[in-house]
Amino acid sequence: MEYSINTFEKLLRACKEENKKIYEIMQEKEAYDFEITVKEVREKVLKNINAMKEAIVSGLTSSEKSFSGLCGDDTLKLKKRYAQTPALFGDLYEKITTYALATMEENLRMNKIVACPTAGSCGIVPAVIIALSEKYNLTEEEEMNALITAGTIGYVISSKVAMAGAVAGCQAECGVASAMSAASAVQILGGNENQIINAAVLAIKNILGLTCDPVAGLVEIPCVKRNVFLAIHAITAAELSMAGVESKIPFDEVIDAMVQTGQLMSPLLKETSQGGLATTKCGILINRHLKDKYFREG
Amino acid sequence: MKQRSLFDVISPIMTGPSSSHTAGAVRLGLLVRNIYGETPTKVTFRLYNSFAQTGKGHGTDKGLLAGLLGFNVDSDEIKNIYDNEEAKRIKYNYEFEQNLDMHPNSVDFILDGKIPMIVSGNSVGAGNVEIVKIDDFATKISGEYNTLVLFYKDKPGMISKVSTLIQKENINIASLDCDRNARGKTASMCICLDGNVSDILIDEIKKIDDVYFVRNVKKLEA
Repeated sequence: MEYSINTFEKLLRACKEENKKIYEIMQEKEAYDFEITVKEVREKVLKNINAMKEAIVSGLTSSEKSFSGLCGDDTLKLKKRYAQTPALFGDLYEKITTYALATMEENLRMNKIVACPTAGSCGIVPAVIIALSEKYNLTEEEEMNALITAGTIGYVISSKVAMAGAVAGCQAECGVASAMSAASAVQILGGNENQIINAAVLAIKNILGLTCDPVAGLVEIPCVKRNVFLAIHAITAAELSMAGVESKIPFDEVIDAMVQTGQLMSPLLKETSQGGLATTKCGILINRHLKDKYFREG
Repeated sequence: MKQRSLFDVISPIMTGPSSSHTAGAVRLGLLVRNIYGETPTKVTFRLYNSFAQTGKGHGTDKGLLAGLLGFNVDSDEIKNIYDNEEAKRIKYNYEFEQNLDMHPNSVDFILDGKIPMIVSGNSVGAGNVEIVKIDDFATKISGEYNTLVLFYKDKPGMISKVSTLIQKENINIASLDCDRNARGKTASMCICLDGNVSDILIDEIKKIDDVYFVRNVKKLEA
């Protein structure tokens, strides 16, 4: 597959010309570009899915705090709440929120996760895909199709902007993860290629301007909870798209707006912890406290 | 140009908490280990900008050291690298600086051991990295290709001699970048390859007159 798929327009054209799904186009392109077979591409995808599941499983039972001591025990709180009072939005909502939280807490413990697209946004895609997989009893093959679909969205966006808070704020991390998840949800729900990309773009439109202002520079405040919110955000985008609600701004132009917004964003709000939540009174106090802790403990 | 991959966005399987600040740090350390060719006896990590501001909280310090000792991004050693026996055998320290002319996530490895060497790299997002400088020479090493790195006397015919040898093994050159400090002085070459050259070929390149330094920097595992 010699296609260049650096825009959604090109991706859709390739799908139409070849009469293939997004994941099929992507896996064939990956195989072509790296001189491996589609089977080998899918084996790598499966490895990532399995690692995502492992992180969820271990995250669901751990309450080990991070080195900072700030985070690490929220998954258990959420589980306890749901055990006593079922979530207003039901089972699927419970799963998505706990899985996103569990994965992010594994991350802050310096345990193993899958960066998707980054580590700071690692909870979103697994939460959506695995929770939906359990709801619809997906096969391993269907899980892989969903993850490749998600990856394709990130792949196209990353041709215009690097996936890093330091480059474009959290738009490029949790924002993109939410878009990827929205696309995978539509793939799972049986939407068409246009609806898949539309869902991703709707998700992006609603996170434009999202900054990266982590307190004390840690992937903890506000990253951990933001993963939970943006996993649910993805489902909203998927539902809208499945209903035929379309982005009035063309797909690729939305991404251009995101790139421009990232460029206009102050460096103080791009992973430098020099603005926003990081420089609130409390944020500064936490930072000072941790500097002392590092100094004491080396 | 870097060949982009699906797995740039859905990997790596890694030790948290940050792809740019933890996994990227490990990968920079791994590349520097390859470039240096062995474990140094002493290293100063000079972190800049976002790496300096937020590195400690992301385990960047641990990642750089773990990579330099040869551990990969999914290694269980990273979390407790300061307790690792190999880490205890070398001297290391950290410096933190601000320089807005540099990439937001950048670091100098100031190495000592068999030879002194300074290697500079950036973590450019999603765990992807680039080594941009070795001593005074601009380099382009991303770990995505097996990359030959050469230092040699700047004179006519050197590129041709090296590429002729590579051609003998029927390996395609993906990209070639050169730099020099002054005409007729020392020059550097970074050759990204689609395949892997043999050790015999590396020895032959080393034998070319006025080639001072050759390294086969292996590509990083995805």
